[in-house]
Amino acid sequence: MSLQRAASMRKAKLMKRSKGDIIFDAVIFVILTVIFLIVAYPLYFIIISSFSDPAAVAGGMVVWIPIKPNLRGYEEVFRNNAVVRGFLNSLLYTSVGTLLNLVVTLPTAFALSRKEFQGNRFVTVFYLITMFVNGGMIPTYLVVKSVKFLDTIWALIVPGALGVYNMFICRTYFKTNLPNELIEAAKLDGCGNTRFFVSIALPLSGALIAIMVLYYGIGHWNSYFSALLYISDKNKFPLQLVLRSILIQNEAQLAQQGVSTAQQLKEQARRRELVELMKYSLIIVSSIPVMIIYPIIQKYFVKGVLIGSVKG
Amino acid sequence: MNKPVDSGESKTTIISKKVKENFEFWLFVLPGMIITFIFHYVPLYGIQIAFRRFSPRRGIWESAWVGFDHFERFFNSPYFLTTITNTFILSFYSLVAGFPIPIMLALMLNSFRHKRYRKIIQTVTYAPNFISTVVMAGMLLLFLSPRVGIVNNLIGIFGLESINFMAEKSMWRHIYVWSGIWQNTGWNSVIFFAALAGVSPEFHEAAIVDGATKFQRILYIDLPTILPTATILLILNCGSMLSVGFEKAFLLQNDLNLSVSEIISTYTYKVGLVQNDMSYSTAIGLFNSVINSILLLTVNRVANKLSGHSLI
Repeated sequence: MSLQRAASMRKAKLMKRSKGDIIFDAVIFVILTVIFLIVAYPLYFIIISSFSDPAAVAGGMVVWIPIKPNLRGYEEVFRNNAVVRGFLNSLLYTSVGTLLNLVVTLPTAFALSRKEFQGNRFVTVFYLITMFVNGGMIPTYLVVKSVKFLDTIWALIVPGALGVYNMFICRTYFKTNLPNELIEAAKLDGCGNTRFFVSIALPLSGALIAIMVLYYGIGHWNSYFSALLYISDKNKFPLQLVLRSILIQNEAQLAQQGVSTAQQLKEQARRRELVELMKYSLIIVSSIPVMIIYPIIQKYFVKGVLIGSVKG
Repeated sequence: MNKPVDSGESKTTIISKKVKENFEFWLFVLPGMIITFIFHYVPLYGIQIAFRRFSPRRGIWESAWVGFDHFERFFNSPYFLTTITNTFILSFYSLVAGFPIPIMLALMLNSFRHKRYRKIIQTVTYAPNFISTVVMAGMLLLFLSPRVGIVNNLIGIFGLESINFMAEKSMWRHIYVWSGIWQNTGWNSVIFFAALAGVSPEFHEAAIVDGATKFQRILYIDLPTILPTATILLILNCGSMLSVGFEKAFLLQNDLNLSVSEIISTYTYKVGLVQNDMSYSTAIGLFNSVINSILLLTVNRVANKLSGHSLI
């Protein structure tokens, strides 16, 4: 009896919050809400601006809701050939690149997850070294140039085909998720390593593959540095380089030069507003692929960080 | 290890099986190793152009050997102090301002009772991590634009004069660092949040029964739990003190803020691929990575002495 009472008292103590704790919780609630607003508002602002009237955006009237909602910014984006071409190029680079990443990374990680592999230590050290020393921008550029990769998709996807950090995440995953008994049993049935990898290991690794597609895919979609170095043909520019020329270098200013009449000046001002508005729409359009896969893969990526943090 | 399946199996078949198995594993790792060798090891060999007067026509071996000339040139150039100081200030500022915030966010989220709201905050704060650098820089330019930017519109409401942020030298570092914090805090908190999930609830229950307040529990239970993770991340960050990424700084640069925004990596790029002085650029890059390695080893040693947690 007394034991039960002690237990229930204990429970009551756990349930009850002291006055100090209630205040503490309230403070945390306020701080978190402020953080939430600071992060969310700029994103929200871009969305509502992209649908608003150009003049209203330029005049600072758009604050909480879109003003005179319309799609002119988006029309302008899709009328821009460079953007459309860049978008398609990026889709190609991202899908081929991510596929290559998987084809190279997963088998390597699988082999390194097996104790029977006698080259294990050597290969691991081989990759660890690359995390600490590198040739730098110019020597790497010279190699890419000498294998004739300049101005091709290969320059963007082959050099980084295996991300060492990602590979170690995969290795840890295979190590912890493929029980030894399973492998032994498969071997008894005459299943070789290749067959085991393709028809048992991969089908069991859906979460891992999802994480890798997210990490590698978004990396390709968002990268601009390697394209800046290796791609000079404008027709092959990925979207991020096109974005750079419009958002950063302001090269979308198509306004006619040398005008003087009031009518033309007014027209020019309107045009400038439209170009500014288009930037908001462009930001949204360029984020569409990421926005599509973000919610799908969200439940996996925290897991990815977890696997990575278990052992590097 | 590969155990004999039945007692009748002879030693030679086991060995041949082992060889076959390892051969398969080598095929698994080969593609990745070839690519990594070509694009990460061969450039190491190219580093020697830092000690030569490299001309693409002559090739690496035929270019004249000049010893440490390029390094001396860099040490004597006015850019030496500027770029190193700028790089150092930028990463030191980022580290001091940006390191504690994800830890605090994780602690607050972890102690927060309302699960749904917590989930929403996490989803929103992770999202900016997936915004590309180009879009991030584009957003900053849009928001901070002197004529039509939302920040200046807000300032205008209070009757103050608009500020041309990107032309203001004193603003540049704050913009760079705080936009980085805005973008990365959520994602950087994931790893701490995951570590906190490992705290056994019994600790908290025992502490509550003993009358500990919530704040005390965070201080004496949660914080010590994430300390090892935090130390290792801090070491890694300190070690890369002089390797501030090229991408964002380059995009936010303009002629007016160059005296604070020119960092080692952007300077290396301009010298090497815009001015085509490849040897000089490689020398600067090499100098930078040597300093980085020294920093990493030093910080690691100090951290090991102070806290017992270390990386290597």
